[in-house]
Amino acid sequence: MTDQPLVKDFATDFDHLDPQWVNDPYPIWEDLRGRCPVAHTERFGGAWFPATHEGVSAVAKDTEHFTSRQVIISYTRPTDEDLPAPIGLAPPITSDPPFHVDARRLILPAFAPGPINALEPAIRELCNRLLDNLGDHEIVNAGDEYAQFIPPAVIAKMLGFPPEDEDFFREIIHNIISGADNQDDAERERRQAETEEYFNKQIQDHIDNPRDDLTTYLLNVELGGQKLQHDHVRGTMILILVAGIDTTWSAIGASIWHLAQNPDDLARLVNEPELMPVAIEEFLRFYAPVTMGRMVKEDFDFNGCPMKKDDWVLLGFPAANRDPAAFKDADKFIIDREENRHVAFGLGIHRCAGSNLARLELRIAIEEFIKRYPKFELANPEGVTWAAGQVRGPRNLPVKVLK
Amino acid sequence: MKVTIDAELCQGQGRCFAIAPDLFGFDDMGNGIVIGDGSLDESSLKLAQLAQANCPEHAIFIEE
Repeated sequence: MTDQPLVKDFATDFDHLDPQWVNDPYPIWEDLRGRCPVAHTERFGGAWFPATHEGVSAVAKDTEHFTSRQVIISYTRPTDEDLPAPIGLAPPITSDPPFHVDARRLILPAFAPGPINALEPAIRELCNRLLDNLGDHEIVNAGDEYAQFIPPAVIAKMLGFPPEDEDFFREIIHNIISGADNQDDAERERRQAETEEYFNKQIQDHIDNPRDDLTTYLLNVELGGQKLQHDHVRGTMILILVAGIDTTWSAIGASIWHLAQNPDDLARLVNEPELMPVAIEEFLRFYAPVTMGRMVKEDFDFNGCPMKKDDWVLLGFPAANRDPAAFKDADKFIIDREENRHVAFGLGIHRCAGSNLARLELRIAIEEFIKRYPKFELANPEGVTWAAGQVRGPRNLPVKVLK
Repeated sequence: MKVTIDAELCQGQGRCFAIAPDLFGFDDMGNGIVIGDGSLDESSLKLAQLAQANCPEHAIFIEE
């Protein structure tokens, strides 16, 4: 969390780490849309937040004025030296055109529907193994002991990492995303070094023992007739972990949280499994976990906002998804919503490269959970905590299994 | 009537081929492609319109 003063006015002093935003951001965004569609703050050294679908879409698609070289907003502003555009730390999410196109083209085939759909049986087996471990208890922790185990195991398998490293992965993810704002420089550097060392070890192991997995693919794939530098390989592996784990488990957790409180929706999904594909899209719209970041490239005027070079822009896809100008009954969860142009995976050239995988994991995780536990409710509604930062989802999620 | 995908606008969101797998497929990057020549009859028109209404990038077009 943050040690900053509590926010009094989100239009002029917003802070996505403020407890009010962390606990329930939706009323804040609704208020902003009504009076100040682009909020500003002096925190983080200066940042903007468009609260409408139109504003979010405009920023997401404008790579001329906004750079992706740092997408996680913090009090530490990157310099040109430590995050050189256009590649950035973790290509292609931190890359700008034209480099972005090639970096993205490298990884998209690995995340296209063909190879991803082939993972379905393995993911289903994993979910069932986790459910077996949860067992017959009256109270099961759907967060810590279910949602949070699925994405690390799937991605570790794709990258060809030792299965026993799952716990270490979760620690890395926690450090990079949740801890980014609280660490001092020395701690941050130590953790970064630890992460890099681990990835270098995995890369070396794959050079010595090539096998059919994503790491070997990245080591062999060619960009402009040349294999990738190991820095690029490592950056992409880190991206896949960071982007694919915390985000997906948040979506799984939020969906279970919703079903635990809405027995009618739960009963419909149990009784009408064919609804699952549209329901998944509504979960993604309503509980979109990911807010991205951009930086302003040069001073310019955005819809009357005097943006300065290196200002942050918080890119709120979850806010866009609740905009009544873009969605009918935007503030209602409609499990069989037929028309749903949600932007949970972003818009434009940085559309989440792992969206096919995320959808698959979310669908199977929910299918198997409700098959095992067709009736459940929150064990302690007040005890559910939400992650602070740019990935929103329930962390502690004990549910009571009903007979 | 005919359905097309604007390849410049398509970002591989994956909604069209999930909703109407008989009308849309995907290339090896996961971007949407129209199967065949995209001709629509009355029943496939409805599916094409549904896919269009679910494309976040507004990349699907239906011509009379």
